[in-house]
Amino acid sequence: MAKLRVRFTFTPELIQEPVIWQLGQKFPIITNIRGADVRQAFGWALLELEGEEDQINQGIEWVRSTGIEVELVTGDVIE
Amino acid sequence: MAFASALKCRECGREYPTDPLNVCEFCFGPLEVAYDYEAISRAISRERIQNGPLTMWRYQDLLPVDGDHAVDLQTGFTPLMKAPNLGRLLGLDHLYIKNDAVNPTNSFKDRVVSVASTKALEYEFKTLACASTGNLAGSVAAHAARAGMNAYIFIPADLERGKVVGAAIYGPTLVAINGSYDDVNRLCSELADTYPWAFVNINMRPYYAEGSKTLGYEVAEQLGWQAPAHCIVPSASGSMFTKIWKGLKEFEDLELIPKVHTHMHMTQAAGCAPIAEAYEAGVTRVRPVKPNSIAKSLAIGNPADGYYSLKTIQESDGDATIVPEDEVVAGIQMLAENEGIFTETAGGVVISGLKRLVERGAIKRDEVTVAYITGNGLKTLEAVEDTVRSVTIDPTTSSFEEQVLNA
Ligand SMILES: Cc1ncc(COP(=O)(O)O)c(C=O)c1O
Ligand SMILES: [Zn+2]
Repeated sequence: MAKLRVRFTFTPELIQEPVIWQLGQKFPIITNIRGADVRQAFGWALLELEGEEDQINQGIEWVRSTGIEVELVTGDVIE
Repeated sequence: MAFASALKCRECGREYPTDPLNVCEFCFGPLEVAYDYEAISRAISRERIQNGPLTMWRYQDLLPVDGDHAVDLQTGFTPLMKAPNLGRLLGLDHLYIKNDAVNPTNSFKDRVVSVASTKALEYEFKTLACASTGNLAGSVAAHAARAGMNAYIFIPADLERGKVVGAAIYGPTLVAINGSYDDVNRLCSELADTYPWAFVNINMRPYYAEGSKTLGYEVAEQLGWQAPAHCIVPSASGSMFTKIWKGLKEFEDLELIPKVHTHMHMTQAAGCAPIAEAYEAGVTRVRPVKPNSIAKSLAIGNPADGYYSLKTIQESDGDATIVPEDEVVAGIQMLAENEGIFTETAGGVVISGLKRLVERGAIKRDEVTVAYITGNGLKTLEAVEDTVRSVTIDPTTSSFEEQVLNA
C-alpha cells in the first residue's frame, strides 16, 4: 500500500463535479480530504490517497483527464 | 538543540518536536523551525559572532543544531565585493557582489546541506539523499563523504556532464532517472516515506532551509552591521529568497543591526518563472509550469516556497523580475568582463535582472545594493561555450602579428 499527498486545483466549470467521490468509486483508493477551499471562481482540495501504487497512478491520470490539476503537496523536491 | 525550540506549521501554527518532519500532520502545511529568541538575545552579540569561525558556523546560535560537531567543509563567510566597474556601467555607486560561487562545492547549496547533514547525523541517519538538477547533488555527495555517510543522489537522466561528474566524484550512489521531473519528484517523495534516509530537501527541509539565513547575516555583518537597501536574488523553490529576508529580520529583532529597510527583488528566467508570473498577475497562488530554461538550476516548475516568497516580496516592498532567456548569457558575460567573476546561469539571471531593475527606476544610484551570485560558471560551460573565442596560431612572431595583432 502506498500513500500520496496531493493537491487538486479546480477551474469554475469543474467545481460542481463530484470528482473526489468518483475517484474512490472508479479505483480502489481511499480518499482522505485534509483541507479544501472551494469558491465560485476556483477551488482546491488537499487529499491523502491510499492504495496500491499503480491504482493511485491510474487514479491520478484519470483525475488529470477531467481537467483538474494534480500536484504533489510538497512541491518539487528537485533542487 | 541549543535555541531551536520546536517545529511550527506555517499554516495552522501547530507545534511539533524538532524531529525529522517536514509537513504538518494535520493540515499538510510546511513546518518551520521556531526559536527561543529571548534566550538567543541574552547569549548573542556582535562580539560573540566576530570571535566565531570564519564560516557560516559563526552564526550557530541562530541555526537549529545541537552540539559543536557540524559537518563543515568551511562553508560560508564568502566575499562581499564592491563592484565598481559594473556599478559604473549600470549607474550604481554602491553595488556589491555576494560571491557565493566560491563555496566548497561552488554553490550556496553548501550552506543548506551543511545544516541538513549535521542534523541527519544528530538523528543518527546513516544515509543522506536528495533529488537534484546539479548543485545540490554535488553538495550532498561531498558532505556525505565528509560525514562518513552513504549517499543516494537522484538526478534526471539528461543532466549536464559537469554536474554529473561533479557529484559522482565523491562516491555516492548516483541514480539517473528515465523520466520527467514529475517522475523524479514522485519517486523521491515515495522513497522518503519508505526508507530511513535523510532526504535533505524532504524530511530534513525545515533544518536545511535555515542554512540560507546565513546569506542574510553575512551580508549585514560585512556591510558593517547594517542591511542593504536592495537584495537581488535568483529563485527556484523560493526558499533562499525567504530565508535571506528572515535572516535580516532576525538580526533586526535581536538588535544586532538597525531597522531593516531592505527591498527583496526576486529574479527568474522566463522559461521557468512561476513565482514572478504570480507576482505580475497579482495573485497569491503560484501556478505550476513546465520548465524550459537555460537556467537549469532555477528550473523548478512547482516551487515549494512560492507562496511564502510572494509574502516576502509584500513584506519587504520588493518585486519580481522575469529575465528573458536570451539575456541570461549576457548577464554572465557582464559580470565576468567587468568584475572578474564567472557565474553560472543563475548569476546571469541576477545580473540581467539587476540591469532591468535599474532601468525601470526601482533602484537609485546612491542605494546600497547587493547582487547574490550563488553558483559557479564552470558548472554550466555549455551555456556560454559558443560565445567565447580563441585564436590558434603557429609559434612564430609573424603569425602572431598577422593573425592576432593585425587581424
Ligand atoms: C545556483 C543556484 N542559485 C539559486 C538557487 C535557488 O534556490 P531556491 O530553491 O532556494 O530558490 C539554486 C537552486 O535551486 C541554485 O542552484
Ligand atoms: Zn498545520
